[in-house]
Amino acid sequence: MAGTIAIKNGYVFDPLNEINGERMDIFIRNGKVVTELSAAELKDAKEIDASGKTVMPGGVDSHSHVAGAKVNVGRMMRPEDHYKFYQKKTPITHSGCGYSVPSVYLGGYEYSKMGYTTVFEAAVPPMEARHTHEEMRATPMLDMGGYLVLGNNWFLMRYLKEGDIEKAAAYISWMMRTHKTYGIKCVNPAGVENWGWGENVHALDQANIHFEVTPEDIIKGLAELNEMLGFSMPVHLHANNLGHPGCWEITRDSLKIPKNIKARPKDHNVEWAETKVNPRRHESVYLTHCQFNAFGGTSWRDFESGVKGITDYVNSHDHVVMDSGCVPFGDATVMTGDGPAIHDLYVLTGNKWSNTDVECECGSGVLPFTYLKNNPVHSVQWAMGLEVLLYVKDAWKSIMTTDSPNGGPFIKYPQIIAWLMSNKARQDAFNECHKWAADRSGLAAETREMTLNEIAIVTRANAARTIGLSHSKGTLGVGADGDVAIYDLDPVKLEVSDYESIIRAFENAAYTIKGGEVVSQKGEIVGIPEKKTYYSDIAVNADEEKKMIEDVKNWFKYYTIGFSNYPTPDKYLANPTPIKIDAEV
Amino acid sequence: MAEVILKPTSKFELTIEAEVITPDNFAGKNAQEIGKLLVWEGAQQLPLSNFFEVKGNGGSSAQDTTIVIDGNVPRVKRIGEAMTAGRILVKGSTGMHVGAFMQGGEILVEGNSDSWPGMEMKGGLLHIKGNSLDHVGSAYRGSWKGMTGGRIVIDGNAGNQVGGGISGGEIVIGGDVANFCGTRINGGLIVVKGNAIRTVGAEMTGGTIVVGGRIEKFTPGFQQTATESNLKFNDIECPGEFKKFAGDYAIPQKGKGVLYVSAENNEDL
Repeated sequence: MAGTIAIKNGYVFDPLNEINGERMDIFIRNGKVVTELSAAELKDAKEIDASGKTVMPGGVDSHSHVAGAKVNVGRMMRPEDHYKFYQKKTPITHSGCGYSVPSVYLGGYEYSKMGYTTVFEAAVPPMEARHTHEEMRATPMLDMGGYLVLGNNWFLMRYLKEGDIEKAAAYISWMMRTHKTYGIKCVNPAGVENWGWGENVHALDQANIHFEVTPEDIIKGLAELNEMLGFSMPVHLHANNLGHPGCWEITRDSLKIPKNIKARPKDHNVEWAETKVNPRRHESVYLTHCQFNAFGGTSWRDFESGVKGITDYVNSHDHVVMDSGCVPFGDATVMTGDGPAIHDLYVLTGNKWSNTDVECECGSGVLPFTYLKNNPVHSVQWAMGLEVLLYVKDAWKSIMTTDSPNGGPFIKYPQIIAWLMSNKARQDAFNECHKWAADRSGLAAETREMTLNEIAIVTRANAARTIGLSHSKGTLGVGADGDVAIYDLDPVKLEVSDYESIIRAFENAAYTIKGGEVVSQKGEIVGIPEKKTYYSDIAVNADEEKKMIEDVKNWFKYYTIGFSNYPTPDKYLANPTPIKIDAEV
Repeated sequence: MAEVILKPTSKFELTIEAEVITPDNFAGKNAQEIGKLLVWEGAQQLPLSNFFEVKGNGGSSAQDTTIVIDGNVPRVKRIGEAMTAGRILVKGSTGMHVGAFMQGGEILVEGNSDSWPGMEMKGGLLHIKGNSLDHVGSAYRGSWKGMTGGRIVIDGNAGNQVGGGISGGEIVIGGDVANFCGTRINGGLIVVKGNAIRTVGAEMTGGTIVVGGRIEKFTPGFQQTATESNLKFNDIECPGEFKKFAGDYAIPQKGKGVLYVSAENNEDL
């Protein structure tokens, strides 16, 4: 029977079921986790002996740039990223190349080799949704979805200014269906619109040009709308002033804005896997790549980590969850919807760069970047990314990412896991990098070493829970998708000082299982599974939607494309999987 | 010193990717084993013996191995790629990427070279007795990290982008160069004995460029700082009187690069 498998005797880590390294069997029938298989089923099922190995739910990356227009600009502008990192085709795989901006095929394979089965594209500009879906459809091995960039959208800024919340809600629900996207992304609210005039915003109460809305208005408005509409995930925030010394304060103050907004996810067509821990999110804001938003000091000369200011706030408040944006050193490609931030980096580095204004919606920029161990600022950024994860006391408030490929490509995750689990790994890195890493951050004094259970939280369980996918992802509870990663790591014999063994184990999972089928084994792709694309299908008041559409059509004169070409039809999605939501409006 | 002779026997209707032709790969192998090394021709991998008659065995180490390519191989690419020691003598012209990523040893090409000789080279000596096409010692497309060490000598002329983005090493061109010579360099030395067309040293932030002939269109953004005669960079001599410029002040605005231009051939500057 397809998708039926028995995984025997592994040390299982399923944080959503409070299973912490227990030696047990996992059974999957028809692609879903089940309590047991009958004797007849067991006879036909594939059986994997996982004794002496670590078993986790398939990895979930809730913030990565893997598909769409700006990733493709990165590919086009970086031939030098491709010629040293490539893979030949095999009978079942395509060839591919690209280190920090891999081709869609290679990206899918590389994630799968590390045990990941679900990846969400972090920024989909509405006008580029079709392109993004074309790339996601072509990315093998992974279930996917994307967040729609709405933080500088003309219609929303106008509705927020006018206080017309009903129309704003109707607009967002219509946009999610139109572009088949999953959640709300807010990048440098109010600032990217100003960038169209060569400016930015630098304070939460600074109104932008023409629309005269402030970052605070937008963050508050989007967070409220997010809960009014009942999205599965909280509003996903890339705060203002990103990448500037001292930006940690504006980030912390941004997190205060949605403090009193109550999370109200209202999906109703999903069947929830069995979990012991409440799998529903309670956060009203999901801050992304905290490291880039946590710069301290006032200039590059007195630059220092500002992470503690943010983690102190997160530790004492329960409405915030965040991902780290770690910097593992080496080549990266910086790409973001924050156009002005990329321009500032160009001025700083003189590197080639690209900037785009996405008409009435948003913007973006791309720039190649190399993080050097002997560079004082880069070495502090390395320390900061790890501080974010180690300073947050409750692992259920954090998610491990590199904001791939901004801090570094996702293929460096195993290295980051090693730094989180092994103080020796960190101390060895301190010896290799600039002394600022130790002098300008608190990481050198931090002795915490994450357990495998905590790693399972920050690399799958919490990523899935945060974006409302723990009904089927990030857990091995009965009813969950049969996505499993088996690592060649014996938790009983594990010595974290031998961190190379941790890196090796997480680089190439012994088995990656998707929907009950083995898809990769020790770094080799052995199966190409079916994949799903998630999006939010939110029902709102039809009259309100009609009135809103009139506004959209009226302003479509400012677009370069026709209204009828705007939507992304279902055929652009691999197995479209709508999450049905009944909004309160 | 063991000598391996490769005599071309193919018409090379398609170009071949022959990065296996290095003393490092040939060392410790006999003629038959060398003939079995695989090269890409289009979408398929074929043994080297399909294209060359192999005579002689490799030495015990790369250092002890000399490879002689006895003929013209302008459609054979990547000869000597990343070699660390030993010698390669090509008794004719080579294809693209000869000596790319080279780290040590010596390559002598008696004929001409296609583009990209010594791309991103780190060490060793690459000597081309004829002319070369573009990108001598430069960075790969999209990158600004070119040659970092070693020496490239072209006795004849070279094309565009000689030494693009280099940060070390020496390039000596006996004849003329085309456009973008030494663009974006931040170290190293480029000596052009003949003429250049334009954009010499554009966006340079370090390193030294010497042009013994005439620069047709001089790069704006350079300022003359002195006049010097009979330059000498270790064993590389540049006789005559030179105007010394600092630059490029136009885009990087650092002015730490040095550009010497023959006074005699550039009176208008």
